[in-house]
Amino acid sequence: MARVASALFSRLVIIIPYAWLLFFFLIPFFIVFRISLSQTAVAMPPYTPVFDLFGGLSGILEKAREFSFDNYVWLTEDVLYFNAYVSSVIIAGVSTVLTLLIAYPVAYGMAKAPKTIRPTLLMLVILPFWTSFLIRVYAWIAILKPEGLLNQFLMSINVIDQPLIILNTNWAIYIGIVYSYLPFMVLPIYSSLEKMDHTLTEAALDLGCTPFTAFWRVTFPLSLAGVVAGCLLVFIPAVGEFVIPDLLGGSETLMIGKTLWNEFNANRDWPVSSAVATILLLILVLPIVYFQNAQAKADGEGR
Amino acid sequence: MGNWSRFNIASIVLGFGFLYLPIVLLVIFSFNESKLVTVWAGFSTKWYTQLWHNQALLDAAWVTIRVALISATCATVLGTLAALALVRYTRFRGRMLFSGMVYAPLVMPEVITGLSLLLLFVAIGLDRGFWTITLAHITFTMCFVAVVVQSRLLSFDQSIEEAALDLGATPVRTFFAITLPVIAPAVFSGWVLAFTLSLDDLVISSFTTGPGATTLPMKIYSQVRLGVTPEINAICTILIGVVAIGVVVASIVTKQREAQRERDERAAFAQS
Repeated sequence: MARVASALFSRLVIIIPYAWLLFFFLIPFFIVFRISLSQTAVAMPPYTPVFDLFGGLSGILEKAREFSFDNYVWLTEDVLYFNAYVSSVIIAGVSTVLTLLIAYPVAYGMAKAPKTIRPTLLMLVILPFWTSFLIRVYAWIAILKPEGLLNQFLMSINVIDQPLIILNTNWAIYIGIVYSYLPFMVLPIYSSLEKMDHTLTEAALDLGCTPFTAFWRVTFPLSLAGVVAGCLLVFIPAVGEFVIPDLLGGSETLMIGKTLWNEFNANRDWPVSSAVATILLLILVLPIVYFQNAQAKADGEGR
Repeated sequence: MGNWSRFNIASIVLGFGFLYLPIVLLVIFSFNESKLVTVWAGFSTKWYTQLWHNQALLDAAWVTIRVALISATCATVLGTLAALALVRYTRFRGRMLFSGMVYAPLVMPEVITGLSLLLLFVAIGLDRGFWTITLAHITFTMCFVAVVVQSRLLSFDQSIEEAALDLGATPVRTFFAITLPVIAPAVFSGWVLAFTLSLDDLVISSFTTGPGATTLPMKIYSQVRLGVTPEINAICTILIGVVAIGVVVASIVTKQREAQRERDERAAFAQS
């Protein structure tokens, strides 16, 4: 009896979350793909019917004949979509590099801090992550506006005499992404630096390395796992970012998250937005799989 | 570890200044007398009193809190189970797929998650509104809970669990009597994380909502598009305050509990 209960318990532990994720995470992707193959229709929901589970196999085959790649053809015909994908990847890439450049010294300083204040510093990095993303992006509008706080400050100390135009340019998007995703980069780098064996750096210094060489040849390679994890945590979501380009970017800034949102909300074109999402997912599948493997490996080491 | 150089201190101060300055400015200007957000005209709390008369805003806040409470609680149960499955059962069929499904939502762009869940709800004919938002939030927050709980389980001394099993406790009883009390702080911080993520979410809620269910971020977003106003600053300040107090209290409680547990463990060792 106990054995049956025990087997049942371990089964349930696996099956319940497994089934939930299959149904609410994996299956929806197939629906997205399926709808990306259907036609736009003036109806609610606004696409031609996709599948009828009660039609049996012949019904499904019947429907399969109506599959069309029109939406994908449409995406290749309009250069706007291609540009949006390319500029999303470029903006996300540049922002990731900038985030790394700012986050690394902070994480390094935290790892070098006295042990007693490290938990407080850690808490201070995590805290902004708990405050609303939307609010943190919104806070930058008042700072970056032409008559905003940054320009007021710079003009009052006579650094500039004309207000800088930052809001509604790509620079505002870079600032927004770097700011919003900074904790995601700091935390993994900090945790890999903190675990490091510091006698190695000391040995390098004793053997005559300059501090910079010691850092570049010893410390940095050892923190690479954290750097890679941090970069993926920033890059992948940044490619599909919607809120930041929408609030901080200009009308000419193209990012695919914004395109998808407009296609869906303004044009009500569900099949085309599904096609846009499918291609975005295809672009991101490699980095995501790489991220999962890195994550699984890190867990294996923690065991 | 070595010496804490001036460069290290400077980079921390600059980094933290960058992280906190925008939030501090936003809070300061919520107390501004003037309607202009960037010109200081004296201290006032009038924007806060105005909020209380904005019924639509209060309704949105109430919807948001209910969604967050329900979804965080369900996500905590599911996420804890997922963490147990990942840590305790190293081999079962489809484990690769399972761990992939736990990690992928952490980085998945929200527009994709939102669109795919919406299409699922339409395909199964679910009426969109409060419950579809809640289901969507459970799905994406449970993975964050799973990661938080998983890291605690990995450092968990499994021999106490084995001892309980050897002494004849059923797995279910072992879980509730031994495992759960030990991982409770992580489960609790997972809940807090799920709660705040749900409270903040704009994109996934916008996709999965239906008529009549407007959450606070959706309300804030529609006002932000019209421009920066002190009233939005005031709402944001209240939200920041609630979350900051919640997180600080949660971390103090967790720390005290951990300290208590360590004392208990030492006492137990001393006796034996």
